[in-house]
Amino acid sequence: MSLITEITAPDGHKVTLNTGLFINNEFVAGSSTIDTINPATGKVLASVQAAEAKEVDLAVEAAHKAFYGGWKTSNPRERARLMLKLADLVERDGEDLAHLETLDNGKPLSNSRRGDIPGVANQLRYFAGFCDKLHGKVIETEGKLSYTVHEPIGVCGGIIPWNGPMLMLAWKIAPAIATSNTIVIKTSELTPLSALKIAALIKEAGFPPGVINIITGYGPKAGEALSRHMKVSKIAFTGSLATGRAIMKAAAETNLKKVTLELGGKSPNIIFDDVDNLDEVVFWSRLGIYANAGQVCCAGSRIYVQEGIYDKFVEKFKALALSGKVGNPFEEDTFQGPQISEGQFNRIMNYIDIGKKEGATCYLGGNKVGDAGYFIEPTIFTDVKPDMRIMKEEIFGPVVAISKFKDVDDVVAQANDTTYGLAAAVHTSNITRAITISNALEAGSIWVNCYNIITENSPFGGYKQSGIGRENGEYALANYTQIKAIKINVGNPI
Amino acid sequence: MSADLQTITLPTGKKLEVHTHLFINNEFVPGHGPLIETINPATEEVICAVHSADESDVNAAVEAADKCFNEVWRKVAPAEKGRLVNKLADLMERDKEELAALDALDNGKAYTVARDIDITESIGCFRYFAGWADKIHGKTIDTVADRWCYTRHEALGVVGAVIPWNYPIMMAAWKFAPALATGNCVVMKTSELTPLSMLKFAALAKEAGFPAGVVNIITGYGHTTGNFLANHKLVSKMAFTGSTGTGRKIMESSSASNLKKLQLELGGKSAQVVCADADLENAAVMACGGIFNNHGQSCNAGSRILVHSSVLDKFLELFVKATDETIILGDPFAEETYQGPQISKGQFDKILNYIKIGQEEGATLYKGGKRWGEKGYFIEPTIFINCKNNMRIMQEEIFGPVVGIATFETIDEAIAMANDSSYGLAGGVYTSSVDTAIRVSNEIKAGTVWVNTYDIFDQSTPFGGYKQSGFGKELGKYALQEYTQVKVVKFQLLNTGL
Repeated sequence: MSLITEITAPDGHKVTLNTGLFINNEFVAGSSTIDTINPATGKVLASVQAAEAKEVDLAVEAAHKAFYGGWKTSNPRERARLMLKLADLVERDGEDLAHLETLDNGKPLSNSRRGDIPGVANQLRYFAGFCDKLHGKVIETEGKLSYTVHEPIGVCGGIIPWNGPMLMLAWKIAPAIATSNTIVIKTSELTPLSALKIAALIKEAGFPPGVINIITGYGPKAGEALSRHMKVSKIAFTGSLATGRAIMKAAAETNLKKVTLELGGKSPNIIFDDVDNLDEVVFWSRLGIYANAGQVCCAGSRIYVQEGIYDKFVEKFKALALSGKVGNPFEEDTFQGPQISEGQFNRIMNYIDIGKKEGATCYLGGNKVGDAGYFIEPTIFTDVKPDMRIMKEEIFGPVVAISKFKDVDDVVAQANDTTYGLAAAVHTSNITRAITISNALEAGSIWVNCYNIITENSPFGGYKQSGIGRENGEYALANYTQIKAIKINVGNPI
Repeated sequence: MSADLQTITLPTGKKLEVHTHLFINNEFVPGHGPLIETINPATEEVICAVHSADESDVNAAVEAADKCFNEVWRKVAPAEKGRLVNKLADLMERDKEELAALDALDNGKAYTVARDIDITESIGCFRYFAGWADKIHGKTIDTVADRWCYTRHEALGVVGAVIPWNYPIMMAAWKFAPALATGNCVVMKTSELTPLSMLKFAALAKEAGFPAGVVNIITGYGHTTGNFLANHKLVSKMAFTGSTGTGRKIMESSSASNLKKLQLELGGKSAQVVCADADLENAAVMACGGIFNNHGQSCNAGSRILVHSSVLDKFLELFVKATDETIILGDPFAEETYQGPQISKGQFDKILNYIKIGQEEGATLYKGGKRWGEKGYFIEPTIFINCKNNMRIMQEEIFGPVVGIATFETIDEAIAMANDSSYGLAGGVYTSSVDTAIRVSNEIKAGTVWVNTYDIFDQSTPFGGYKQSGFGKELGKYALQEYTQVKVVKFQLLNTGL
């Protein structure tokens, strides 16, 4: 039985893909299969092999063998060379990958091409540069040569979500491999395709077998098995708070594997009336909630506008929201594609319903778009109250709540009144205000006069229940290394 | 006036086209200084003549670099700078053999050594620093609540570099790589003795896509071209590798002109300490390379070997054996050659004179001491024993294949002898004891101490001397601070309280 399939995109572009589990540099069959749906049409794209506990075990064993079989002590320049080569291959096959991403996830092709592909390549290149720059310290200690070494952890597990499949894959692989760990990635069963193509490139780049393994499967089966595996020394997860808790619990109940979590958010976007250019503020704010159809962990889903410019802001925001075409992600002028699945679609529509029932005004949108696929109109709620569910719970869709504020202390308190703490933004022309409010906001990423600027070289991660640990930048290295302190007694007989 | 491209023929018969003009602002342009003939030290014959830079050429190069820095290069994203440096490394990899051949021809080092060490390590150096380009971090620093402070690590601007002839490409790589990665523009004066390989490199820099003015390479004499560069008011920093005498002159020039930042990598008279408990076979092999690598023409050459008296005879026997087996003299392009000629007649005469001085001082000439062959500046690997640490051959840098061996009784004595030098570039200790290894390496006053090996370099670890061997570090993360300057920005937050 051939695991190879060919997928044709609406624009005629064909991509050939191996649908197996990528273990030990080979594509193999799994215990079952999973159909992956095109969310723009609701139709099946392909059937991929799925992993359960048995296959997870095979992948972990392969990673374990590869780690102790040479990768742990590999030449850092060789690791860097392989990572750079992979980045080149991702760019070479950028069209294939971008098409797969848009087919599987529904994000506009223009975004996949211009955002995700460079994002993946940049991530790999950035961390490739760190391979031979992992420094410990020598610490002055009387009569001893005292120093630290930063060693890899071993076999790492990565469980990644469906909202940015390729990018999330790169975010996990790059720092892990650079610090000479091996890894088993479980992709989301909703978006397995682009990772399978990248798997083929991993082999082509020349990575030794077992260093990077990519499998898909359901969370409760494959994800659970990975979180509980006694030979996995670290697990990195991006996804929902609920699953994050389960993973932490699994780690606690098994081998206390190190855990980093990148979870949800309900990020506040605060706009003062002294902004220089309201159109720019509207541009960033709209991007902050409607990009990726609202399926962004750091989405600015609560907007607070100072009363002096509230009316003007809402008017302009509504106009910009309406101008964004919601439709076929393969069309160049499409701004917003479908939600990822029927399940998510229903969930978001349910929140819209809840918002209305709670007494908020559905100022714009609130409806399904079209007949096929899972499209939802950009939606605005006004007249919201802080304790409403639509102000507290993560909706993960194109739904924003806009509030008016007068008192600065109060808006900061409201912004921070959340169990989340992933991101926040403040728009103002006053430098003192920009710095003081940034200092006061309890979130891992703060944007001043912009939104959603996330780069490979700067850390990203949450305060409070938005997560543990930081990805990207030099800070990510700490997630994948463990510190050994060595003290050599020099000539001190008792 | 001669054309830029000239055809030369390698001893293998292969023909190469070489650039001979000055490389300024991404173009090869004629120079207004005197034509300089570059000699093949293995045959004593002229390879070709290259243009050199006079004051007007130096000005043109510096002004091009300055303009490029202010208008173009400082606006290029750090990751893009890193990409360009990596691309340059790719092109050097592609043209590796040609670059190695030019170094072997112009410098006299063995082709296999040029290819497998000089060029390979230079490529590695560029790749290493390419990775730093987008990782130059300042800090945010907490002071008081109503103040916000942070540092920026900014590029210097125009960097002047003057490099020697002993590792033509590698010395250039050590300067270019960190300078470019940290966002500077460079004007480099190569040695008039070995101009050819870096002119090929210049063409590769243009091909890689560096904006015009980032990389500028000019040939010239130190006392003219080098001097103009060292005195130029638009040059923010001079990075120099060469003799201590010239290092002093550059420091004087900086003081007289614009107090430009300096980095000097000068000479050495490094000691290799062989302890009684050393693995003598290993020590002999490593110590042999330690002095005779690159024909002794290394600033960090382990030119004094201090041996514990109890193991002198055994060590000497093994050392001579290692020398006889490894240090094969011959045509640099012959596969089995390890040691080629010294770089020039001047150096050749200087080294032979030191050999004479050594004998006059009362040291015993144990092996070698003469010219090898009839053509080319070849000198036999030479060993002096019964040396005293205060002899001239034990204090002054010879820069040739001449080693002086002395004995010691106690470790303290060895440490004192090793440190009894105005230099402090490197040192080595051979021992099987953890205690001795750490104690001696702690005590030796030098920038690099090797334990149970010698002359091993890596792009990640810093290199640079103590005392009169210079100051500043090349290679490793430490090099970054040589090419950046720190600015602290402090915001006072007015009307604090939200």
